[in-house]
Parts: sequence; C-alpha cells; structure tokens
Amino acid sequence: MTATTVAIRHRLAERGVDRQMLLLVPATVFVVALFVYPFAYGIAVSLQPAEGGLLAAYQAFFADAYQRDTIGTTLAIALPAALLNVVASVPIAYRMRGRFRGKRLLTTILVVPITLGTVLTAEGLLNFLGPAGWFNRFLVTTGLTDAPVRLTNNYWGVFFSLVITGFPFAFLLVLSYLSGIDPSLERAAATLGAGWRQRFFRITLPLLAPGLATTFCLTFVLAFSVFPSAILVGDPSGSTRVISIAAYEAAYVRYDYAGASAAAIIMGAVELVVIAIVLGLRGLLYTGSTAGGKG
Amino acid sequence: MTRFERLRLDGVTRQFAGVDALSELSLEIQRGEFIALLGPSGCGKSTALNCLAGLLPLTAGSIWRDDVRLDTLPPERRGFGMVFQNYALFPHMSVQKNVSFGLQMHGVTRAETRRRTTDAIRLVHLEEHATKLPGQLSGGQQQRVAIARAVVIEPSLVLMDEPLSNLDAKLRLEMRTEIRRLHQSLGLTTVYVTHDQEEALSLSDRLVVLRDGRVQQIGTPEEVHTRPANRHVADFMGYRNLLPGRASSGASLLLEPSGVRVKGTPVGSVNDGDPVVAAIRPEDIRLDGDREATVDVVEYQGREFTVEARTDDGLMLHLRTGTRLSVGDKVRVGFPPDRLLLFPAEAS
Ligand SMILES: Nc1ncnc2c1ncn2[C@@H]1O[C@H](COP(=O)(O)OP(=O)(O)OP(=O)(O)O)[C@@H](O)[C@H]1O
Ligand SMILES: [Mg+2]
Repeated sequence: MTATTVAIRHRLAERGVDRQMLLLVPATVFVVALFVYPFAYGIAVSLQPAEGGLLAAYQAFFADAYQRDTIGTTLAIALPAALLNVVASVPIAYRMRGRFRGKRLLTTILVVPITLGTVLTAEGLLNFLGPAGWFNRFLVTTGLTDAPVRLTNNYWGVFFSLVITGFPFAFLLVLSYLSGIDPSLERAAATLGAGWRQRFFRITLPLLAPGLATTFCLTFVLAFSVFPSAILVGDPSGSTRVISIAAYEAAYVRYDYAGASAAAIIMGAVELVVIAIVLGLRGLLYTGSTAGGKG
Repeated sequence: MTRFERLRLDGVTRQFAGVDALSELSLEIQRGEFIALLGPSGCGKSTALNCLAGLLPLTAGSIWRDDVRLDTLPPERRGFGMVFQNYALFPHMSVQKNVSFGLQMHGVTRAETRRRTTDAIRLVHLEEHATKLPGQLSGGQQQRVAIARAVVIEPSLVLMDEPLSNLDAKLRLEMRTEIRRLHQSLGLTTVYVTHDQEEALSLSDRLVVLRDGRVQQIGTPEEVHTRPANRHVADFMGYRNLLPGRASSGASLLLEPSGVRVKGTPVGSVNDGDPVVAAIRPEDIRLDGDREATVDVVEYQGREFTVEARTDDGLMLHLRTGTRLSVGDKVRVGFPPDRLLLFPAEAS
C-alpha cells in the first residue's frame, strides 16, 4: 500500500468514513427501493397529467374547494387526536414509571388496542357508541338524554377511533422515554424542597419534552393517513372527508392518476411541514443526556 | 432552616422483601458533628442515608429532630441536604440554576437567591463554570456542584453518599479536605457514607461501623482504630493479620496449628479454651522479636515496604518496614501484647 492511499484513508476516517460504512449499504438499498423510488415515481406521475401543463394536477387540487378543504379536515382530526394521545399518555405513564405489582398486566391492557386493527376497532365503536349501542341505550334508559347522542358516522367517531389506535403507541413511547430519566433526579429535587408538582414541571417534564415532540410526530403521522376509520365510523362525504379519501377517489373513481398522485404528494408535504415545525420547536429544548451525572 | 440540638435515630429498621437491609440503628447526632457511616459494600449504608433523607420509608423505628418526629414527613419537608452517589445534577440546568433550585423551592427572594448562589459557587471554586451544563463539567467539578447545591439551602443536616467514590486518587484527597473545610466553615452537621476506612477516619468526629445491616461499633476514630469492637471491625480497620487460636490462661493464646503461646489483649469476654482470633496490624508487628520468619513477597509502597513472611511453624504474616528486604531474607518477628487483640472467634 502506498503512502498516498494511507493518507487518503486517514483523511476519510477523520470525516467518519471507513469500511464499516459498507454495513449501511443493505439498509440504504432497502430505503431507496421501498421509499425513495415510489416517492419519486409518484412525483413523476403527478407531473404528467392527462391534460394541461406540468403542475395542472396540483392547480386542479387547489382550485377545487371540495379537494382543497380535505387538508383542513384531515388536520382538524389528526392534530387534536395526536395531541390528546400524547397528553393523555403522560400522566398515565408518569404514574406507571416505577415498579409495582400488576404493572405488566396493566401495560398489556393499555397496549392491546394496537393488535385490534382499525376495522375491529370501528366495529367495536359502532356497537358501543352507535345510535343503538350500549352507551346510548344506557343514556336513554336512565333518562339522561331523550334521543341517542350521535357519536359515530361523524367527526367524533373518527376521533375516538384514532385515539383508541394511537394511544397505545404514544403510551409505550412516553413510558420508555420516562424510564430513561434517572429517578434520582426527582429524589434530589425532593431533598431540595420541591413538591411533586414542582418535581414534575421543573425536572421531569423538561427532560421528557423532546420525547413528547417525537411521540407527537409519530402519532400525528399515523392519524394523518387515516382512511378506513374515516369511512367506517366517519362521514366520508362530509365532515370526515380526509385527504386520503380524496386521493382514493381520484385514483379509483375518476381514474385520474396524476390527480391522485398530486393528492398523495400534498399529503406528504403537509405532514412534512407539521413535523418540521414540531422538530424545530424541539430543537429549542434541552435534548442532551437525561442522566444525573457519572456512575 | 430548622436548627436542631440533636437528631435521634431510634431503632431504625428497613427490610426489603422480609430481609433486614438495616436493623435497629440507634444513634444520636449532636449539632455540628461529622458522622461517618462505614462498612463494606451492601452493609446498608445507603439504606440508612435514604431512610434519614425520607427517600425510603422505615419498616420500624423512628427519627426525631429534638422533639419533632421526622420519619413521617416527606423528604421535601425535612430540610436535609443530600449529595447523591451519582451526583444527580439536573442535566438541563446550568450550574447556577442547579444551585439556585433549592432556594427557589424554599421561596427565598430573588435578590437573596442570586447572592447566595454566587456565594455557594465561589465556595466550591466554580465561578468560571457557572453557566455551563453539568454534561460539560468534569467529574470533580460535578461533585462540587452537587455539594454546593446541597449546602446552599443551609440544611440542618447534610447527607453525603460516597461522594468521592468516582474520583481519582489525587482529587479524592483534595475534595476530602474541601468537604471537611466546608463542614467547619459553614457549621454543618454531616452524615457521610463511605466504604473507605481511611476517608472515614480522617474526616469524622464519630464513626458508625455497619456490617450486614447491623451496627458493629460507634466511636471516635481513635477508639475504632485502636480498639475495634470485634474481629469484623478489626478486619475492616486494617488488622490484616487474623490468626486463629485458642485462649489459655487469661491474656495469652495458643496459636493454631503450631501451639505456640503468645500474649495479647482480650477484647470482650474471652474464657480459657475458647476459640479466639488474634488481630494485629502489619505496622504493629515488631521486627526485633524472637520468632524467625522468611520473606515471601515484597511490595514497594513509597516510603515503606509491605512484606509477606512465613514463620517456621507455618504462620503467614503481613508486615510493614522501612528497611529494604528481599525475598528469602530471614526476619525476627514479635507481637507487642498491647497491640495483639484477642477476639472471641464466633462473635459476629
Ligand atoms: N430496592 C431494593 N430492593 C431489594 N433489596 C435492596 C434494595 N436496596 C437495597 N437492597 C439490599 O439492601 C442491602 C443494603 O443495601 P445498601 O444499598 O444500603 O448497601 P450499601 O451499604 O450502600 O452498599 P454500597 O457500598 O455498595 O453502596 C443490600 O444487601 C441490598 O441488596
Ligand atoms: Mg450505597
């Protein structure tokens, strides 16, 4: 080996480039094949509408209020649902961060909805909250209301469905972020005179906040691509006409592939904007180690 | 902060899953005292400290500050400062914020908080680092932040859990002096946990030696050093030579297996014929005695040599000497009777 190749290798190693980077090749190929290629393909299709110029499909989407409003509709469902999932996970995970008897059972019960799938959840929701469901029968029989309360086939049906399926993810993530925070920090705060409220808001929450931002992004993405529940327990032609329904209709009802791809790309772009904002705010927080020192 | 005259622990006991981690610790701490809790790993030192701080509920017993019962109060209402073994600094707060946290929690005014924080940071020589995060400090600096944070609230009692165990030898010595200086200049009352006998001896006014959760001895450093209460304390306090034997006619014993008779000082009740353990420090064995031994191992220790020698009748001895010896040399060892302590063998 000559001196120059050695020198080059040293220079590369200094920038973190060495032979172990080859291990990243399979993952990179996988990501390119399954994500980048379809994404690029989608962009290409969206830029080749049957008629009109390069951006005609996008112009059509934004010109038509019926299509354009799906963005707002989807955000109106996904943002509150993701927020509720995160906010509700925090106190429950906080109470459950220590070790106690029955923790595993309780965690299992809280996480089981992950395994149900959207369709089963929708069916359960209809049985439970529908006009003839147990909940409404209870309300009417006890005389709390005269007529059944409408909780399905509208905004609330989709919202509940998203909370049921999204909460377990948020809860598991928050629980693991919480268990990464050194418990001696709160104990130190206690010896310094901090009550539980101060310990939570001054110590635990600031250290947890970056994790909450990440959790929010993940549950938001899950909620934003809502499709089955928007149809099954929602009002797919009105208040829950979400953007994925618009894309579906374009592709399989109108056979407008450019329009469908444009809707899909717009959907991705909106998600990216929300995630960028959340991660940008996260960058303002302390994101370093959550350990209390050496040891 | 609530001052007290004396703090009393009365039969403090803590069990984990039915097993005593600390049993029946009774102790009275006077204001201004420096108490060291000393013992091998797992003997219940941290348990005792956490019980005092209120971080662990007691299984039995009580803790009193003068006439106020403390063990039913949560940690935030006890007014004790604690330095944690891993420091437990708030990683998202600067040194300044870490130190001022306790003052804010106690509702101290803003101007006073600023003044006392600055003073405390100056006290531990961290002025240039005041705006850094804990992650940007060295271990020794973090430790000083932990001390400043605990003492700035002027606690009636400071608890320290092996605060020096993560530091290198030189820094340990420096910080040891620093801790004693702070204790004196701030008029603190301190309970200090350590497994290092030298640290405990040099720092404390009184020592509490623990073993398996039980108190073995409470006394001044001199008492514990020269008159350990039992063979386990002796072992822990550097009596490296523990020689089995049998008591015979009062203050002498027959060493086993040789049957050689030596004179010693009995500690506790030793009856003729009882199995005993004779304990003596390496530095107390004389080298102008009448028993011949052969040098096996020599270790250089700076000013002295630690020597392992074997007597003709098979006794293995640890010695210390200032003269250079080499392997195979013959030495003549002797045991000063007042330094050779005889302990009952079975006592725990
Ligand atoms: N949370 C716990 N659950 C069960 N057993 C425990 C718990 N904490 C401590 N113990 C046990 O109690 C005993 C005393 O523990 P402790 O932490 O007080 O020891 P220590 O003297 O501080 O030791 P070290 O010097 O290693 O820190 C040990 O035998 C330990 O296994
Ligand atoms: Mg300990």
